[in-house]
Amino acid sequence: MSAAVSATRRQQTVSAWIFLAVPVALFAVFLLLPVVMAVGLSLTDYAVIGDFEWVGLDNYARIAGDPIFWVAVRNTALYTVLYVPAGLVVALGTALLLNRSTRTARVFRTLFYIPVVSSTVATAAIWFWLLNPQYGLLNAVLGWVGIDGPAWLYESRWAMVAIVMMSVWAGFGANMIIYLGALQGVPGELVDAARVDGAGAFRVFWHVTRPAISRATFLILTLLLIAAFQVFDQAYVLTKGGPGNSTLTLVYYIYDRGFGRLEMGYASALSFVLFLVILVFSVANARITGRENDR
Amino acid sequence: MSAVTAGPVRTGPALATRPAPVSEKRPLTARSVVGKVVWTVAVVLISVTTVLPLVWTLSTSLKPEGEILSSYLQVVPDNPTLANYVALFTDGPFGRYLANSAVIALGGVATNLFFGGLAGYALAKLRFRGRGVVFSLFLGSMMVPGIITMVPTFLVLRRFPLVGGNDLFGEGGAGFINSYGAVLIPFAAGPFAVFFMRQFFQALPDELGDAARIDGASEFRIFWNIYLPLARAGLAVLGVLTFQAGWNSFLWPLIALNDPEMLTVQVGLAGYVNEYQTQYGPLLAGTILASLPVLLVFVVAQRYIIENFAHSGTK
Repeated sequence: MSAAVSATRRQQTVSAWIFLAVPVALFAVFLLLPVVMAVGLSLTDYAVIGDFEWVGLDNYARIAGDPIFWVAVRNTALYTVLYVPAGLVVALGTALLLNRSTRTARVFRTLFYIPVVSSTVATAAIWFWLLNPQYGLLNAVLGWVGIDGPAWLYESRWAMVAIVMMSVWAGFGANMIIYLGALQGVPGELVDAARVDGAGAFRVFWHVTRPAISRATFLILTLLLIAAFQVFDQAYVLTKGGPGNSTLTLVYYIYDRGFGRLEMGYASALSFVLFLVILVFSVANARITGRENDR
Repeated sequence: MSAVTAGPVRTGPALATRPAPVSEKRPLTARSVVGKVVWTVAVVLISVTTVLPLVWTLSTSLKPEGEILSSYLQVVPDNPTLANYVALFTDGPFGRYLANSAVIALGGVATNLFFGGLAGYALAKLRFRGRGVVFSLFLGSMMVPGIITMVPTFLVLRRFPLVGGNDLFGEGGAGFINSYGAVLIPFAAGPFAVFFMRQFFQALPDELGDAARIDGASEFRIFWNIYLPLARAGLAVLGVLTFQAGWNSFLWPLIALNDPEMLTVQVGLAGYVNEYQTQYGPLLAGTILASLPVLLVFVVAQRYIIENFAHSGTK
């Protein structure tokens, strides 16, 4: 009997590794190997054409003194500071609005979600037209309420703001859905009890709802932060980093160095710096938002 | 860079749907009427901001060139025309772009469903040493930002031995670069697909496989004939998410495919934004065509996608 069992076990082990072979091979060749290569490349001056040599930590020293790198850091930070809170608040606000199980609410849920389906490039093309200073819908609407809208993508002060607006519009639906799922888990008895005790809508939200959905908040903050630090498509399509480098983001800068100027060693070093930034913020987020979860 | 960048969707146990307190029938008071009006105005206004840009894009794409700027606020065109769409196909290789994107998106769906299903099944239902390690590796790899592997992955594909004119040492040719393989192969079995299918198979009972095993069925037959048909709903959701991610992906196709004949519809469209600075007609017609497949898939599958997404924040 035990021989039969171990034969089955052996057969299962062999089958399992055959079933896993392709994903494991791809993992090794397109994740493990590239990460190791990236470490190596970041210590060289590899530039595709010609010979290359080890330069030790020179690339990292060069980053510290690279003024355009710091411009990209500042732009990415500005984008993050605007995009993350706006994305969170809009997602939560719309989820609270739609947190009712009626047919109407479900229809609006779908309508709110529609921008998520389009690609970033299609969204950018749509907004390119919306943001047209003369013929764009946005400035037309602003004109009705007496505001003379700026030239958006053509003004360095407003270009990044425009990209943030577009990204919030394009992405909030997905996070709204996550919040809607979490809001289903808010204990109804607690909400009712707080109401009976005379708590207003805001106090109910702050003391009952907010703690009950803190796990979702943590997840959404993490997703928003990671997306914000890696913003690229919108800036590439709409402004090519301009005007005057005002929308040059970190990933755009890495792309430009690596594939525009083929400085792949330097680009690899830059990508490690970005990875480090993402890691630091993810850990900080886990410490701050995560601690609230434990309570 | 990863083929599937959608949020971490999990298949959890279905949540008991409890009507939210708001929807309970209450006596009609002045306060509740005002509340209902405010609510309706708010959701209608938000829907207008999410849907109107798309409607306006569609309407502009159907206007003749002379009408686009002169009656730019008019939603229904005076003389609707398909000229902008026709121009896309006659003036440039837009048809080719659409075909390239279709091959990449559908190819990605096929490989991710098959290999993701196989591997997810192995991790959920087969007992073997190293299962925990493999699973943690896949899970951990989803946290590595794509930007780190971007440059080296390009080099791996370019220097791949014996492909695309390369010799044994990866010299002499372009490897997989500028072929469908450059986009299909690295993302053929993404960790997300494996993770997603594992979660799905785990919810199915072990006994089905045990019974078939006693009857002497091979492990592949147990997977293919018993478990895979039961995972149809999961495969459908994964298929839709993978299709959307593949069709919409931008940065990697931009890097790996730069031959004009090989561009995807997203990369081609991005070029138009600069090329057609003042020609909004063809640009917005292209935008509609680039969005249509994912919008159609979404309309058909939206209930499953949204329900599935809703579980991700609750676990």
